[in-house]
Amino acid sequence: MTAEILSLSLQLSMPEIILAVGALALLMIGVFSGDKSTPTVTGLAVALLLVAGLWLIFMPGEGEAYGGAFMLDPFARFMKVLALMGSIVAMVMSVGRAQSDQLDRFEFPVLLVLSTLGMMLLISANDLIALYLGLELMSLALYVIAAFNRDSIRSTEAGLKYFVLGALSSGMMLYGMSLVYGFTGNTGFDEIAGILSSEPRHMGLIFGMVFILAGACFKISAVPFHMWTPDVYEGAPTPVTAFFAAGPKVAAMAILVRIVSEAFLPILTDWRQIIVFVSIASMLLGSFAAIGQRNIKRLMAYSSIGHMGYALVGLAAGSETGVSGVVLYMTIYMVMTLGTFACIMAMRRKEGGNVENVDDLAGLSSTKPFMAIVLTALMFSMAGIPPLAGFFAKYFVFVAAIEAKLYALSIIGVLSSVVGAYYYLRIVKLMWFDEAQGEFARISGELRLVFGLSGLFVTAYVLFGGPIGIAANAAAKSFF
Amino acid sequence: MTDWPILSTVTFLPLVGVLLLLLTREEGTYGRRNILNVSLFTTTFTFVVSLFIWIGFDNSNPGFQMVEKHAWLGTGISYHLGVDGISMLFVILTTFLMPFCVLASWDSVGKRLKEYMIAFLLLEVVMVGVFVSLDIVLFYVFFEATLIPMFVIIGVWGGKDRVYASYKFFLYTLTGSVLMMLAVMAMYWQTGTTDITELLKYGFPGGMQTWLWLACFAAFSVKMPMWPVHTWLPDAHVQAPTAGSVILAGVMLKLGGYGFVRFSLAMFPLASDYFAPFVFTLSVLAIIYTSLVAMMQDDIKKLIAYSSVAHMGYVTMGIFAANVQGLQGALFQMLSHGIVSGALFLCVGVVYDRLHTREIAAYGGLVNNMPKYAVAFMVFTMANVGLPGTSGFVGEFLTIIGVFRVNTWVALFAATGVILSASYALWLYRRVIFGALEKESLKGLLDLSAREKVILYPLVALTIFYGFYPAPIFDATAASVDQLVNNYSAALQAAKDLALNVH
Repeated sequence: MTAEILSLSLQLSMPEIILAVGALALLMIGVFSGDKSTPTVTGLAVALLLVAGLWLIFMPGEGEAYGGAFMLDPFARFMKVLALMGSIVAMVMSVGRAQSDQLDRFEFPVLLVLSTLGMMLLISANDLIALYLGLELMSLALYVIAAFNRDSIRSTEAGLKYFVLGALSSGMMLYGMSLVYGFTGNTGFDEIAGILSSEPRHMGLIFGMVFILAGACFKISAVPFHMWTPDVYEGAPTPVTAFFAAGPKVAAMAILVRIVSEAFLPILTDWRQIIVFVSIASMLLGSFAAIGQRNIKRLMAYSSIGHMGYALVGLAAGSETGVSGVVLYMTIYMVMTLGTFACIMAMRRKEGGNVENVDDLAGLSSTKPFMAIVLTALMFSMAGIPPLAGFFAKYFVFVAAIEAKLYALSIIGVLSSVVGAYYYLRIVKLMWFDEAQGEFARISGELRLVFGLSGLFVTAYVLFGGPIGIAANAAAKSFF
Repeated sequence: MTDWPILSTVTFLPLVGVLLLLLTREEGTYGRRNILNVSLFTTTFTFVVSLFIWIGFDNSNPGFQMVEKHAWLGTGISYHLGVDGISMLFVILTTFLMPFCVLASWDSVGKRLKEYMIAFLLLEVVMVGVFVSLDIVLFYVFFEATLIPMFVIIGVWGGKDRVYASYKFFLYTLTGSVLMMLAVMAMYWQTGTTDITELLKYGFPGGMQTWLWLACFAAFSVKMPMWPVHTWLPDAHVQAPTAGSVILAGVMLKLGGYGFVRFSLAMFPLASDYFAPFVFTLSVLAIIYTSLVAMMQDDIKKLIAYSSVAHMGYVTMGIFAANVQGLQGALFQMLSHGIVSGALFLCVGVVYDRLHTREIAAYGGLVNNMPKYAVAFMVFTMANVGLPGTSGFVGEFLTIIGVFRVNTWVALFAATGVILSASYALWLYRRVIFGALEKESLKGLLDLSAREKVILYPLVALTIFYGFYPAPIFDATAASVDQLVNNYSAALQAAKDLALNVH
């Protein structure tokens, strides 16, 4: 490796280097000045993520780095910015709740930064080994923060459950990778694609691919690898849940998109049936299982399972429009989810602290009208009712599915969205039709800001969404 | 014509009212009065502005007029507006009914008046939007967006079972619409455009038409509503506040009929022809069955709701007769029904505000102390029956003529519906208005107040005016309907020629 190539590689991976070095520096600050430095460390962590994000947006340069293991293309750039935004918002939202959820330790922001670093490496991975390293860096940090409130049984249980199942899925994925390597002799995505398009595919390779997809589906919590989601969502402290629902999902979806549309594109018909099945199963389970939920975090877990199903509808199309639809879906999904979690965090009684039951939202429209309006817009948007952003997210993935002639998938998808609408409507009904039973405490400024912006996004997308759609199209062009 | 974007102005003018309402305070008498005045002024002003659409409308031009087109979302979808003879009068109908809704809610809405008015103004925006959109995705966005305000209106300000009714309304219509969304996408992939003007020129292949027609049918038949998917309507009507019922019956049902004319008939002529007997069967069943059901109701609003389903049966029948009389009749029937059924719900609102019950049995003998009310109610009842001289007659008569040209049996059965409608409507009138004034609770009732006169008298005048002189409406619709019917027959003829050549 010549010095020139090395410097190019360093330049392309600068945001990751900023985060890695920054995280170590933050750790030093924390260790030497103890827990009283938590606010400083949190502030600096947000600053680090911001710098990385701005670098990604404003510094030009695209291409492969480190001998093809690392890839920065428009797709990676878009998804990384998205993941960074998710992390920043989740970290900002955690500030107000740090005390009550025992998140006020300096390790928390450091772990979030490390996890975000893992996501970015994962999004850029262009090689099976790089993929695995990124995935593990992201996940190991996530296991720890799921159990961060160590005095709470639910939180530790969530962390343990997530760790055991996550380790299992990582193992499966690694096994799949070894099979793929064994049958192709390569770990690089481009090389695998080259071999698959020139030689007849071997059954063993399909096995390998199935295991890899299973691992990725675990991370995006798609059915049948979703079991951990409701428990972890419910058990983990709410700011952590918000974090889980945003960045890691985006990163895992990104790698799923990249691996199927780069490495396995020549065997599209083989992986399409897997994606179609996973998508249908996720949409159906997400809609039906959420109906009976009483805890709003569990409900959001099932809702996110359903949303991943819809995003996969676009991926199943295996086309440029499809990937563009997935990118757009993940963007809109992330904004809606973060806004909803900001509302969930604002569910705090004056006496009695945080509440998590759906019924606690009763009569919100008379006690906290602004929050009720925003949450209503978010719920209708999640249900996919125009003119809100969620409709356009669904529209573009289904357009791609229709184009690919996946009619059965589309019909099942839209019908399950009607079932899904039922539980979103229930929340709207509670807020508007029912009488208030008590009032929530004053909402902190940062939560108000987050859900306000999110509400603005879903309502104004119909007017100003064009540039986002164009950026998503450009991102999808990376593969086709 | 000037370049002023009049359609956008009419569509989004109510948003100005929403903005003003957001700035007002609800507390106190003045706050309440303010909200009512702002809403009334906004809706009236919108109606006045919308009249300029009619004034500027060129009756001899069958194509789309006052067209506006801008790129939207950068994905081939465009913000494309325009009206032709088919859609123009629905815009006027919508803006015309809104001030009456505000007036009808003057005293009866006790809680959250501000949100109530905001919901209505938003509803006006999206309803007008449906009729003026010339892009199919834009159409779908507006079409679906009507669900949100209506869901809230029924759910918050409705009656006892409002939650059930609002869910049923929302989920029923959503189920139908999502299938149409897939049809919209399929049309986009087939043609590469979402522009309605382009799609109207594009001849879809025969096999595809069948599927697209069925998907659109799912959406519009639920909205219309046709038997057997009409069951959401009585629930929604009974539970909705008076103004909500007026809008539901007056405008929202017409979204379905408008969709049938604009999409099913105009874009899929082969499938429409193929499925016409199916639609006729459902229409006749709707006319006869729901008329019989209407007769057996104890609740005034439910009775009128079922009669709406029956009247919509004439509309679907007329549309799929696919000749000039049937189509003109269907359009006229929709406009007339918009006024008449809206007025009937307003009449129910008048007595409901006094007595807070809709049970037919609770009334009787109102003619003795409410003579003016009795006259107004009679005019609308007669229009509902389809008595010559009222606007209800023209539409029913024409649709039956139209369908008679296609299928005599259907016309025969549909005509029995006229008799049935006379029996339930007159019986209702007898039980509520005539008889001796015996019930103690009724004796103190006052006749129409000034506000109620302002609501009902113009509607009475219009009902009779259009019964005697329907020409203004036919003049506006004629050119577009002719063109549509000609295109339809040409498409059928072309398919027939093709089939002959093949064999």
